[in-house]
Amino acid sequence: MSNLLFPTPSGMTRRHFMQHLATSTMTIPGLQFLNSLQAHAADLKKSQKACILLWMSGGPPSIDIWDLKPGSKNGGEFKPISTSGDLQISEHMPETAKQMKHLSVVRSMSTREADHGRGRYYMHTSFIPNPTVVHPTFGSVVSYELGPKRNLEIPTFVSVGGASMGPGFLGMTHSPFVVGTDGKINNSSSKDVSPERLQQRLAMFNVVESNFIGSNRGQSPKDHQDVYKKAVNLMTSKQMEAFDVSKEKPETLARYTATAGGGAGGMGMRAGNPFGRGCLMARRLVEAGVPFVEVDLGGWDLHANVFTTLKDQRLPVLDRAIAALTEDLNDRGMLKDTVIVWMGEFGRTPRINQTVGRDHWAASWSVMIGGGNLKNGQAVGATDEDGVGIVSQSYTPGDIWATVAHALGIPLDTVHTSKRGRPMKLANSGTPIKELVG
Amino acid sequence: MLFRGARRSGMSKLAMTLLVSALGLGCGLWLPVGAGLPVASAFDSKPKVAKKEAADGVKAAAEKAPADKPVVPVKLPEKVFSTGYSGSYTELINFINTQIRGGWQDNNIMPSEVADDGEWIRRVYLDIAGHIPDVEQYEKFVADKDKAKRAKLIDELLDDPGYVRNFTAIWTNLLIGRATPQRISRKGLQKFLRESFGKNRAWSEIVYDLLSAEGTMEENGATNFLMSHLNDGAVPATAISAKLFLGLQVQCTQCHNHPFNEWKQDAFWEFNSFFKQARKVEHQKYDEKTGRMVFDYAELVPQTFEGGVFYEKRSGLMQVAYPRFNGTEVDPGPETNRRLELAKIVIKGEKTYVADAMVNRMWGHFFGYGFTKPVDDMGPHNAPSNPALLDRMSLEFVKAGYDLKQLIRWICNSEAYNLTSRYGSKNQNDNPAAGESPLFSHLYVKSLSAEQLFDSLIVATNAHKSGRSSWEQAETQRQQWLQQFVLAFGTDENDEATTFDGTIPQALMMMNGKLIEDALSGSKGSLLNTVLTEKGKEMDKIKTLYIATLSRTPSRKEVTAAQKVLGGAKSPFEAYQDLYWALLNSNEFIFNH
Repeated sequence: MSNLLFPTPSGMTRRHFMQHLATSTMTIPGLQFLNSLQAHAADLKKSQKACILLWMSGGPPSIDIWDLKPGSKNGGEFKPISTSGDLQISEHMPETAKQMKHLSVVRSMSTREADHGRGRYYMHTSFIPNPTVVHPTFGSVVSYELGPKRNLEIPTFVSVGGASMGPGFLGMTHSPFVVGTDGKINNSSSKDVSPERLQQRLAMFNVVESNFIGSNRGQSPKDHQDVYKKAVNLMTSKQMEAFDVSKEKPETLARYTATAGGGAGGMGMRAGNPFGRGCLMARRLVEAGVPFVEVDLGGWDLHANVFTTLKDQRLPVLDRAIAALTEDLNDRGMLKDTVIVWMGEFGRTPRINQTVGRDHWAASWSVMIGGGNLKNGQAVGATDEDGVGIVSQSYTPGDIWATVAHALGIPLDTVHTSKRGRPMKLANSGTPIKELVG
Repeated sequence: MLFRGARRSGMSKLAMTLLVSALGLGCGLWLPVGAGLPVASAFDSKPKVAKKEAADGVKAAAEKAPADKPVVPVKLPEKVFSTGYSGSYTELINFINTQIRGGWQDNNIMPSEVADDGEWIRRVYLDIAGHIPDVEQYEKFVADKDKAKRAKLIDELLDDPGYVRNFTAIWTNLLIGRATPQRISRKGLQKFLRESFGKNRAWSEIVYDLLSAEGTMEENGATNFLMSHLNDGAVPATAISAKLFLGLQVQCTQCHNHPFNEWKQDAFWEFNSFFKQARKVEHQKYDEKTGRMVFDYAELVPQTFEGGVFYEKRSGLMQVAYPRFNGTEVDPGPETNRRLELAKIVIKGEKTYVADAMVNRMWGHFFGYGFTKPVDDMGPHNAPSNPALLDRMSLEFVKAGYDLKQLIRWICNSEAYNLTSRYGSKNQNDNPAAGESPLFSHLYVKSLSAEQLFDSLIVATNAHKSGRSSWEQAETQRQQWLQQFVLAFGTDENDEATTFDGTIPQALMMMNGKLIEDALSGSKGSLLNTVLTEKGKEMDKIKTLYIATLSRTPSRKEVTAAQKVLGGAKSPFEAYQDLYWALLNSNEFIFNH
């Protein structure tokens, strides 16, 4: 019974475990299944579509990054520069500028939620918070739609360096697996417990577990068991290596993390640019078949000193990481199958406040999206000369996620049903952005 | 007509009210209300996926609804369960029971049975004292023949140091988060709260102190709350105070009039202007070792502020806001102590936001769901599930002098709190996890918080008896351990998430983490050690481990499985370790039910 529920007993490193099994008389049917999986891994790797979300926690000032307003009273200190695409971006994004032919900017986002919690929810799910239902973050949607086809032993939705949002009515097994940018997974093995012993423990565990599941207490007891199954799987998986960026060449890591100038160094730099490392991990995870990875970069809630902080701290980190990720994916032939999305809870006020900061602003701001075989290198939509209004069609997070769904091959008419039986249309009925999908 | 249709299709009236109010506000719900609503099968293990046929699905479900079948009204059990409470609030507790029963009757559902002693003692310990009962406490309670033993235990637990520790932890997390903000004294705040809950000070007084506090972070621990949120022109302080003490989410109204909220933008800035006289000062001292000045302590000091607060309308127009709350204006002159005035206003009168918010939050603490979801977002846009009950309890709470222990007594002695968490066929639709409005016809399963888990493991392993640690030591250890789960969002509001949320990292921690390793180590005086070394039958030892972790005895099937583990292990020690591991890792252990 426990064998069926837990195909891969654990307690040690996988190698150790395999050796142990070779000499053991135990037969574990699940293991053969596992081996055949690995044999097919190479096939599976081809054209596995994925999305990498670069989440800018705090709400980034897109007016200083993607949609500059030189000459306006709201323009601020930065100048625009030309790029390899058909648009200009901030002078403090020089490396990204070289990659812009692979990326696009949607400059007419209008998202109305300017509170951190509500904005975080809306941008991740495409839905406004509602007391009667908890919507899944889009990573969970992708995990739900594409995850089961991937036969992964590691989770199908990983969030690096941040919490992301929950799976809502799609269930706990589609929760983001949250991992630090160091890729270290705490408590991932139990040193002194032999596989037989763990099997023994899990057998007993299952008796108690099943009893409670069968006691009419709702969904959570079953979710608990499902999560344990995934955790046990993870403990012995070779795919765990995908989290380990130290397996990369130092030059590769340097591409993601070093700054162009070298010396400017803000907080991100001193800590070895964890965001860049997270982006590299995202690439490794996507290579392993994970269909959705979110990488978190905080520090954007710039109510004060916006220009200094951007110039010295945030943008060098961001610039290097986006450029390296795009270039690396492209070099490996993965960019056409991988969509990159860059967004935060909202943009920031065009008006510069008394403390040289920008406050929360959701009415007119930009989201960057690229790769994924989209029509890239362009600016979609536009704001007025002061950045306070939109002078083109405006877009919502649903439109962004519908564009991602299009790129990932998830049918747009997919409908999920909430626990209460309410049909929920994919990306809240958003429409793929015409200019990007052609 | 609307309600009749809803009733027929099995949807609760309260859920309908919520839905209708949401519809009225244009929340993007688009159910065909008139068409007879489809009912969610209560606990789908997986959400169904339908492609291309959303609308048809709704129609099909609607057709299947037994619209023409006459509804046989359920007959509620005649005898209302009593905990044996006989104090001066009997009438109020009867009122609570009648109100809750009204909801069952209206929605034609049958409540679950009364929870047995084991289920109930585990629940009430976790909810009030923040940890599970030990073997002795369990056995004493189960053996007690007193008809009023539940009421008695509630009283005992309210006098237990566990109550103070539990509510201190809960409110410290609410007030300043799990990750202590920089240059803030967590200990100072805890000291203030510990004393407040220990002396059972009126909640109104505690709120008064937190809003009006002045002084240094250690001497007046209450100052740590506001000092944590005074950044950005005290905008976070404004939003968090409204949320925690008044049950109002006003953060959206900062930038514009929010269509869903009764507060307008001016109300936000009027409330904000009360906090403008507060300033955090960080004192330094000389550090002999380094020869540098280093941080010594922080102090909340008054600063001169008069007149209004300026803010920008969406149109770009500048506006001014003067201190005003709920219709009461305060002199905006330099002589006014604005925070003191605010503290007085919010607790004045027979019916206050402060009381509403606390009653709702406390109800939610015990039942897993408050009268609104979330508990701190009250107001006309989010109608409560039991408005009459909330009103009455709030009025009584004020009359009782904001006595928190009385409030807890009313809730815990109610019939609903004493029901089992198992649902039956006649109340399986009472499922707030699926978005339904709660009817409290069975207890809802709650996950243990990280703090509850930590403290429960101390009890389950008998560490509390060996007298190994003082309150302060235990608190330090707990804080250190808790930090691994905290994820900050890095915003100006210090909001944070936790990985202690039932996902894989938590499962790995439970399977392989140091805390569990220690629990299994079998050191002297520990439960495992006692079980191993004391004389007794194997059967009794198994039973002890079950009671220590799950507050119940094992079923026959479980005994057989346990004996198999015992037979297959290298040594009795390893065998009991494995059994104990399985119990501590189980869903039944990690859920409060």
